[in-house]
Formats: sequence, structure tokens, C-alpha cells
Amino acid sequence: MTSQVSSPAGKSDEASEAVVGEQRAPHTGRTGAAEKEIRRLDRVIIRFAGDSGDGMQLTGDRFTSETASFGNDLSTLPNFPAEIRAPAGTLPGVSSFQLHFADHDILTPGDAPNVLVAMNPAALKANIADVPRGADIIVNTDEFTKRPMAKVGYAESPLEDGSLEAYNVHAVPLTTLTIEALKEFGLSRKEAERSKNMFALGLLSWMYHRPTEGTEAFLRSKFAKKPAIAEANVAAFRAGWNFGETTEDFAVSYEVAPASKAFPTGTYRNISGNLALSYGLIAAGRQADLPVYLGSYPITPASDILHELSKHKNFGVRTFQAEDEIAGIGAALGASFGGSLGVTTTSGPGVALKSETIGLAVSLELPLLIIDIQRGGPSTGLPTKTEQADLLQAMYGRNGEAPVPIVAPMTPADCFDAALEAARIALTYRTPVFLLSDGYLANGSEPWRIPETDSLPDLRTRFATGPNHTLADGTEVFWPYKRDPETLARPWAVPGTPGLEHRIGGIEKQDGTGNISYDPANHDFMVRTRQAKVDGIQVPDLEVDDPAGATTLVVGWGSTYGPITAAVRRLRAAGETVAQAHLRHLNPFPRNLGEVLRRYDKVVVPEMNLGQLALLLRAKYLVDARSYNQVNGMPFKAEQLATALKEAIDA
Amino acid sequence: MPDANELLQLVPRAEGKQSMKDFKSDQEVRWCPGCGDYAVLAAVQGFMPELGLAKENITFVSGIGCSSRFPYYMNTYGMHSIHGRAPSIATGLATSRRDLSVWVVTGDGDALSIGGNHLIHALRRNVNLKILLFNNRIYGLTKGQYSPTSEVGKITKSTPMGSLDAPFNPVSLALGAEASFVARTVDSDRKHLTSVLRAAADHPGTALVEIYQNCNIFNDGAFEVLKDKQRAEEAVIRLEHGKPIVFGPDGSKGVVRDPLTGDLNVVAVTEGNQSQILVHDAHNPSPTTAFALSRLADADTLHHTPIGVLRSVERPVYDSLMSDQLDAAVEQHGKGDLSALLAGSDTWTVVG
Repeated sequence: MTSQVSSPAGKSDEASEAVVGEQRAPHTGRTGAAEKEIRRLDRVIIRFAGDSGDGMQLTGDRFTSETASFGNDLSTLPNFPAEIRAPAGTLPGVSSFQLHFADHDILTPGDAPNVLVAMNPAALKANIADVPRGADIIVNTDEFTKRPMAKVGYAESPLEDGSLEAYNVHAVPLTTLTIEALKEFGLSRKEAERSKNMFALGLLSWMYHRPTEGTEAFLRSKFAKKPAIAEANVAAFRAGWNFGETTEDFAVSYEVAPASKAFPTGTYRNISGNLALSYGLIAAGRQADLPVYLGSYPITPASDILHELSKHKNFGVRTFQAEDEIAGIGAALGASFGGSLGVTTTSGPGVALKSETIGLAVSLELPLLIIDIQRGGPSTGLPTKTEQADLLQAMYGRNGEAPVPIVAPMTPADCFDAALEAARIALTYRTPVFLLSDGYLANGSEPWRIPETDSLPDLRTRFATGPNHTLADGTEVFWPYKRDPETLARPWAVPGTPGLEHRIGGIEKQDGTGNISYDPANHDFMVRTRQAKVDGIQVPDLEVDDPAGATTLVVGWGSTYGPITAAVRRLRAAGETVAQAHLRHLNPFPRNLGEVLRRYDKVVVPEMNLGQLALLLRAKYLVDARSYNQVNGMPFKAEQLATALKEAIDA
Repeated sequence: MPDANELLQLVPRAEGKQSMKDFKSDQEVRWCPGCGDYAVLAAVQGFMPELGLAKENITFVSGIGCSSRFPYYMNTYGMHSIHGRAPSIATGLATSRRDLSVWVVTGDGDALSIGGNHLIHALRRNVNLKILLFNNRIYGLTKGQYSPTSEVGKITKSTPMGSLDAPFNPVSLALGAEASFVARTVDSDRKHLTSVLRAAADHPGTALVEIYQNCNIFNDGAFEVLKDKQRAEEAVIRLEHGKPIVFGPDGSKGVVRDPLTGDLNVVAVTEGNQSQILVHDAHNPSPTTAFALSRLADADTLHHTPIGVLRSVERPVYDSLMSDQLDAAVEQHGKGDLSALLAGSDTWTVVG
């Protein structure tokens, strides 16, 4: 028996997530009596779990890649400890990778795995609570010996004490089988053992009919300099596949058809949030016809953007690994002054350090992108876990009145468009802009329809080239703070432009001339003008998804888009009416937001913080927005969110 | 390795003849009357025409403090930034715009206290910056607290019983931070100051110039011993590359190396020891002797204070290396193709 969810063909929404245990009639295998049974599923959630050193992230990545190229829709959730190698075999050292894939359009990495691969007792113990009864559990029995079990508090083997009776346990000696499969490679036991993740990947690839060429090619290229290791891994991978096909323990395999209907025509790839963001920055540079300059300091979970951009120097991208967070943004701002598209990437603690420079950028009115990949806080918090608790920091975390526009991507792939949008605002309005991604978006991945580069927005901007003001005596001069009447943006005159020499700084400036001014009325005017500039930024109106005239509106922002949308689908499938809107622009808010909020009796705001957006909505629009909050370092689960929303609707 | 002229050649030259007036901005200078900063400003404005660069390609970046108001008075591009961060901002500017001549103006508090980290990293990277460190051994703008270069026991508003912490020696610090060019000069000696500016401007990479500068309000006379003609004879050692290190009346004193410890000592020059007098070698690849020279001055009396270029060696410049990598990347992989990048190598197609 399995618990994999199946639903009538053609059913293409996530409402099916609510139905557990329903199963379609098995259909016979291809040909021949010896063929094993093949069942068709509409979606599957797999979780690979093991020790930090077991290569679970790589295993997950490979399965994802196979699944993407097969054409399923998918969503992933890597989950790993902050320690690079936490003590082996312990609960804190468990690393996991969850993948949800389907023959239809899906929005989340899924709530509960249908299959758990547990490479050791710690992985079993750390994950079993998430696994619904009836699910498949594949365990590496080789690790279920006295010491590893004692390490995590198993007095008796859970494989033998009946505690797993409700599950469909496949006890597989993964380590032994791997070593056996590789005995002709002349590797040490330790070396051979390391391929056990590929054995597991092979087994799962067989179970779900994944294409294998990609993984074999990947292994050969990854270990190009160590062909023996490459071949050993390929052999382990194949051994895992063959094991599934031959052993009786695995009587059934599954097919999940490509999600062809879910995808508009186009060429697709799988992409993670941080990769999409990196590409978005490179694209923004190209569309603006400006060199990108990244000043950054390594910090989880933002470092991958620094790594990625550093690979693309042939796009004219300069990456500068600074001595600290402050220098990272300082260099980016200096480059902006010189006419580059200055970017800094960081996470919450880094934003705290950069605050003063962000204030300077507000005062200098230069374009600058501040990319905050949020993680659990406060302080060091949970470096590898996700959270949305930097919204108010981005909004207000500076001295003085220092408004900064904020853009928040909704999905991993949306990070690409969000980067372009942040750049548009920064360049058009000559202002620092926050982009608030988070750990879930950064590391999670989904299929992305690759855009035609011709269709990307034109971000070209103009540097000042000559005087822009005539004095009373007729002299033509350049005033660095004379604004565009429409956007209130000041001219961007870069060093090297003759005749426009000027000085700017963090001291209050006289309107127009930009000279130092301590005049009270001027300061009042400048503060209000800087605010008016940000308030006046053109952003698209908020779209509301409300097919049935609901009285309750769910409003989210950022990475909660997937879980909220999945929860809303469930509710609607269960006959509820509920409206949904998702904010991509948090400063300024869309013009129609107040009107939208007032249209509904109830407004519910789910957030991975203690109610930061809700606070802003309540303060700005005087609506009784109700929070639903979770700060456990993980994204919302659709089922829980649906339950909470149902309670709000019924309240 | 590009020589000085090669890097300077990236910066456009002025078309016509320039004068000191061209470099004066229309802003009223607002330092205290009698401040040493006036003299430095005049020296820099006076030197710029000699440099002959297009003034729109010159940028002054400063932090916070009295000296950091400097950019407002220069008719070039300028940024008065935030406390201690000028080297990092200037790094972004210089590494992205090699056609600019980028100068940093900073003080002892700005550069060595709040911005210490940025200073040492700029030096170690050898970014093409000219850093003018105005050292008055006091916090002026905040009205007279002791600074990281104040002598131990300094009585100030924040240290009524005397300061407790040992000061930095900026030259020693810079040498320890792998600086390729380190010099020291004095605000009131226009000729010497200008000669040091000239050497700094010619240097490819980071040039750190410590300028002893008088704060006549909160630390008046801090360097008087180096300025008073008579007392200076005993106090100042003028370093000149390739010349024996002698000073005092008629060069009667000189610097020798103690063969046992390697330390430097001041001796009366005699016929017998003349051959042992150290000859200054600013281009010595090893910073050892430059460091020993930086330790020669008596911390209390400032006697035996070397001024001039202590070290000037060529090593790879960060900006050039960064640029070279961009060029190499284009050579190896071709100019970036966005469509190809976005597509990657693992795609699938959905046909409608």
C-alpha cells in the first residue's frame, strides 16, 4: 500500500492536496508478465534526509533536475543546519531536501512527504513526525546499529519495535549494497560508502521513472578530474536503479506525467531564487546599459549571489568581496556615484550594519540595490532557515526620515523579475531600493519559463551632460539637486563629465544647489520632498483574485505566495469563498490597496514574522487586519494555513 | 606591472593650462581661523594644476570630521560621506572607474578609529587611491576628545584623568597593513607637503600620506617642535631616497643600524662612522627598515621624527587586476550572452 495521492486525470489544481489516501486503480505495466506494476500518480512529495555529510542536498538537486527535465511542475525545500559538518549522526546534523512534483501546476514544496528516505537513525527521528501514516519510508539499515541509535535516543531499533507499523517501511542496507556494487573499483570502504546517496538516488529514480542520462552526465562532469570516482558514482546510481527493478521489496513503481497543461508554451529550466536573482541583476545591467558592481560580504543565505555574479565577469560585472558589510555597501555606493548599477547582497544582520550607508544613499539620492535574503533573527538567529522579519527594518531601520522603496519577490523564479523591477525603481527615481527575498525563495527552486531577452524592460537612464539651471544673471549652472518635476529624481552627473563638478554628502543640502544648508525650512522641505519622491513611485495596482465575491481577503507578501495560494485553492475546493491578494511592492504600497482592503469585512495577513505587514496596513489604512503568524524557520504548510484561514472566515 | 605614468595615463589630461583658482569651489571655507587644514587645502589646490589632470576626472571622497569637509572646497567631483567609510566608497569608485584620480581625505579619528578596518584593507589591496590622513591627534569636530593618535595620559573632556590607551603610529600601522606607499609631512611646510603630494600622485596603488596638522583650538602646538626652525633641527629627519639619513645642524647627526638588534639609532656623525650612516631606500622591497624608521621618533618629544616618503614600492594594483580579470573573462568565454546565460544547459520545451 502506498499513500500517494492520486486524483482524476485533468484535475489541475492543488485542491487535491486535501485528499489523502485516495488511489487510482492500478494499471498494468508495459509488457510481459514479469513487469512490475506501475501506478499513475498526479503528484508526489519526496524527502531525502541524512547526515550533513551524506550529500542529501546534491541528491535532492539531482532528483529535481531529472524531474524538471521530465516536465513535471515542481517545488523544492532544502533544509540544512548552519554547521558545515555538525557532529555526525546527531539530530542537529540532519540535512534534508524535500521535493514536490506533479502533473499539474503546484505552488509549494508540499506539507507531508509521501516518501521519506532516511539515511540514518537521526534522519528518521528528525523527520518522522512530518510523515503521514501509510507513507513509504526507505531506511538505510546499515546505520541502525547500537551507537547511532543511542546517539539519538533510540533504546530499541524503531525498525523492530513496531513503532513504524503504520508506515510502509523498506529496510535497505544501502551502505552494504553500495560497497558491494563498487567492489571492483578498488576504492577504500570509506570512499565507496560515500556513493550511497547515489545508490539511493538510483533507487528513487527507478521508483518514479525519472530520466537518468542527466545525472550520469552530471557525475562524469563533476568528477571529470577523478574518472574513477565518477564511474563509481555512476555505478552506484545504476545499482540503485537495478535494485529497485529486481528486488521484491519494491513491487510497484510510479509515474507522474509531465505537467504539460500547467505550462504555457515556451522553453523552461529549473531555477532557484538566488540564481534567478543573480540573473536578474545581470539582466538589469544589460537593460540599463550600465556595468553592475556588486559589493558584498559573505553571509548565509545570500552568498550564492556573490558566487554566481563572480562567475560572469564577461558581462562586465564587477564583484568585490569587501572586508565587512559596511565596506560592501560602501563600495557599491561609490560605484553608483561613478555611474555603475551598484548592488549589495546580504541578510538581516548585514542590513543592520549597512543602515548608515543606506541613509547616506537616501541623502545622496543615488541608485543602489540592497538585496536582503532574510533569515531567522534576531542577531545571528537561524542562518539557514527562512523568515520575513526584516520588513520593518527595511522600512524604518535608519536614523531620520529615510524612506526606501521595497520590492519582494513571490516565488523563486520571480526573483528574476523582482531584480529588474528593483533596478527600474532605483534608476528612475535615483534611490536605494530594498529587495526582500528570503531563505525559502533563495534555496527553493521551480520551473521557469526562460524569457526572451527582447521582452525585458528597457531600463536605460540618462546621465546629466550639461547645465540644468539658469541663474538670475543668465549664467548657466549645474544644480545637482534640481529635480525632475515628474519623478522628483535628481540628475545623475557622473565624475568625468566636464562642467558638472559638484559635491554631495550626507549633510542636509539646499534644495536645488545641493550646497550644505542648516536652514530649518529647507530641511523640512527636503525631508518632505524625499518622502514625496518615494511615495510617488509608480507601481502596478494590486490585483485581487476573488472569483466568487468573498467577504474575507487574505493578503500576503513575499515568499508566502505559494503556501497562501495553495491554502486558498484548498478552501475554494472545499466550497469556501475567499479572496486573495499578494503584495510585491511594500513601499510604496499600490495606490489601490486602501480601497481593496476596505472592500472586505475581514482581512487576514499570514506572515513569517509577528505581524509586520499587518502593523503597516493597520497604521496606514485603519483596517482591522488580523495576523496569522509562524516563525519556526520554515515556510507555511498549506494545510495548516487553510485551517487557520477557515477559522478566520468562520470567526 | 604598469609604471606610474601608465596608470595616470588612463586619466584624461586637462586641455588648457590650469591654475590654483580652477580648483577652488565657490563655497566659503568654514574651518576655525588658524586651522592647519587651510594650509593643506592651499597646498593641494596649488599642486593640482601641476598634476595637469582634467578636473572633472578628479574626485575627492571624505568621511566625517573637520578635515572631511575638504571636498566641499575643491572644484572637482566630491563626496562627503559618513564616518570612517571613505576608503570603502572610494574603493568602489576607483575600481569601477580607472579613468578617475580618486583622493581620500580623512582624519586620525575617521581613518584610525571608526574606519580603521577600511583603511587597512584599502592598503593591503593596493587600490589606486591617494589617502591624505590629517593627523591632529585630537577629535576636533566633536570638541576635543582624545583620538587614537593622542599620547597616553592625554587630558581631555572624555579623559579628565588622562587617556589610558596607547596611540597608533599611522605610518607603522600602514606599513604593517602592506602599504606600498607611505609618507609623512607637515601642514605648515608647503614645499615639503607638495613634494610628498607629487610622489603620492605618481604612485600606482594606495598612497598613504600622514599630514601632521595643527588643531589650534583643541590641541594647539601638538607639532610645534617640528615647526619651530631651531627645535626642528633636532626633531625632524628629512628622508630623501638615495641620500644618507642625516639631520641636525650641518647634518651632524645620522641614523645607523645596530648590528646586534637591527634597530636604528641616532648617532653623532664622525669621520669614523660616516660609512655606516644609513642611506634611505624608499624602494626597498622589504618594509623592515621603513618600519624601523617609523619607530625612531620619541613618542613624547617627537624628536627624531622622519618626514618624507618612507616607503614607495610597486606591486600589483587592485583596480588593474580586477579590470584584467574582466578582460580575461571576455577573452576566455566571449562577451556575455544574456540569452545563453538564462537558458543554461538543462532546458525543456513545452509546445502549445
